[in-house]
Amino acid sequence: MSTTTLENLAGDLASGTVRLVDLTHTLDPDFPVIILPPEFGQCARFRMEEVSAYDHRGPAWKWHNLTLNEHTGTHFDAPAHWVSGRDLPNNTVDEIPAEVFIGPVVVIDCSAGAAADDDFELTPAVIAAHEAKHGEIPPDAWVLMRTDWSTRRGAAYLNMQEDGPHSPGPTPEAIRFLIDQRNIRGFGTETVGTDAGQGAHYTPPYPAHFYLHGAGKYGLQCLCNLDQLPPTGAILIAPPLKIRNGTGSPLRVMALVP
Amino acid sequence: MSVPPPPKKNPLERTRAPQLPPQTRSRAALGLSVAAAEGRFALQHCAECGTVQYPPRDACVSCLSHDLRWRDTDPKGKVLAQTTVRISATVYFRERGDWRVGMVQLDAGPSVVCHLHKDTPPDAPVRLINRLDRAGQSVLIALPHDSPYSLKDDPQLQTMTSAPRHRRILITDGRNPNAPALARALIKAGAASVFVGEAETWLPSPQRAALEDMDGVSLLPLDVTDTRSVKTLAAELGGKTDILINNARFMRPGGVLARGDTTFAAQEMEVNYLGLMRLAQAFGPAMCGRTAGGDNSAVAWVNILSVYALSNDPAYGCYAASHAAARSLTQNMRADFAGAGLRVMNAYVGPTDDAWHDPLPPPKVAAGALARSIVGGLEDGLEDVFCGDVAQDFITRYRENPDITEREMTALGGNQ
Repeated sequence: MSTTTLENLAGDLASGTVRLVDLTHTLDPDFPVIILPPEFGQCARFRMEEVSAYDHRGPAWKWHNLTLNEHTGTHFDAPAHWVSGRDLPNNTVDEIPAEVFIGPVVVIDCSAGAAADDDFELTPAVIAAHEAKHGEIPPDAWVLMRTDWSTRRGAAYLNMQEDGPHSPGPTPEAIRFLIDQRNIRGFGTETVGTDAGQGAHYTPPYPAHFYLHGAGKYGLQCLCNLDQLPPTGAILIAPPLKIRNGTGSPLRVMALVP
Repeated sequence: MSVPPPPKKNPLERTRAPQLPPQTRSRAALGLSVAAAEGRFALQHCAECGTVQYPPRDACVSCLSHDLRWRDTDPKGKVLAQTTVRISATVYFRERGDWRVGMVQLDAGPSVVCHLHKDTPPDAPVRLINRLDRAGQSVLIALPHDSPYSLKDDPQLQTMTSAPRHRRILITDGRNPNAPALARALIKAGAASVFVGEAETWLPSPQRAALEDMDGVSLLPLDVTDTRSVKTLAAELGGKTDILINNARFMRPGGVLARGDTTFAAQEMEVNYLGLMRLAQAFGPAMCGRTAGGDNSAVAWVNILSVYALSNDPAYGCYAASHAAARSLTQNMRADFAGAGLRVMNAYVGPTDDAWHDPLPPPKVAAGALARSIVGGLEDGLEDVFCGDVAQDFITRYRENPDITEREMTALGGNQ
């Protein structure tokens, strides 16, 4: 039976009946990372140093050394990323069971709201409206918040103002609802973090990080192309690198779309 | 009479290969170059009999003592004779036309052969200054006794300077709070254009508006931690950068035990040491290739270094260590750039007036004072500039005895 399923999938991929959508930004030195007050340690930017390029440093080969943080570019957050998840079992990327890296995905379209309000909030009411239209979010699904924020470039992406960054994100109540009422697998965004730009001012601060990781759920951020996903019915593929005690990892995120 | 702006280079003509004046000096004579690097006029004084001598030797001309001390010396004297050299066997001098030279009797004793400033009348009282030529070696120059002088207004002597006038200058870090003051001072000193690098344009820069408002200033993307970014800008601008001023800086307070990790120290090395290396590798060859074009040429490379590169200040211990590495690299750069005559000037500062030095009491170096020191150093063609009271006091103590200075800085619990 499973052989037939995979054979069908291979055929559907080849014929284009099932499409593969890449949800990943290119790792680029100029891609923004989260910015913290300067007295805190900072997220390393992506950097690439040429080791050789078919030259005296290595005649027949070209390769680079990379520098980056676990949370640079399109990346995965493991529960160990946040203090609330530090004591959970299997809370690092090397210990998370591989099965969770492939699974169903629900996309909540907040693009109209985010276009009108940089600080647009995903609230329980927005989730309810989504479910009224597309059905209840099934258990153990990835939930992605589509804002079309990934189309922003340069300074407009972090949207850093004197009072901090302004970008859309979930309220504490919305995250609690997704965890407690829908038992989601993880939550993903197009912005630099799973929390809103002003997420430090909620109680608790950074509620998506605090509640998701405290409940053993996962995060995805800096996603793109969410406009190409259906509200339901797609399969998300998001396996992080297997880093010993890693709290997260840059990764290639893809979706199988019917 | 001032020197007019240089004409644009004729693109059909080959860029002139770098030529240098004679470089060879005795070890004894290098003391003159050390003094010239800071613009000081110093001669050998015999500790036994007090004789002041020139040229430098290994023993006193009067009593044969080896105890010779380099001391700042009264530069006043009188021109005994003068001539103009019109033909020389040295390619460097042949390319640069006539040189006015003379013999000056110093009030301090010796007579010296030196360059004569164009405004120096015959038989008049003069004062000597000691400067570096393009080979990085000391030459003595006679100036009118009391009037203000300007090397950059003398076509012959301006080759000793790295004056910003008519030059195209790159300031590497527009995010540094000192960038607007540096750009303003360079424009005021006559720079033809000032390019300012800006890293991470995806973040607001508090300096951007001020820089954008200045005539002659252009902002360009440059991040010294990103090799590709440095190479890209060097590909565009390396061939027209006459002076490069590296003001890129990463600093966090604290010494080796402050944090218990290497995160900030790595960023300090990445910006302060490796950033300098990336710039040197990307811009150095292009600048060295066009040092011989007269006043339309690359002349100087400026580094802003913490004076605690010389001896560690534990309160900013890791930052100082990164600057010690950077300072060592500038010595390497001096060696590598010497053949082209591209001058490497280090401007040393104590604590600067910015957020990272907030807890420290004054005096702190304001950006405007740093800019004035750098412009002054370039106009005088210096290699080492100590900007502000803290740096000057430090270098005096350091030169008297580096080991005692180290103990003052460390065993006694840090600076002051």
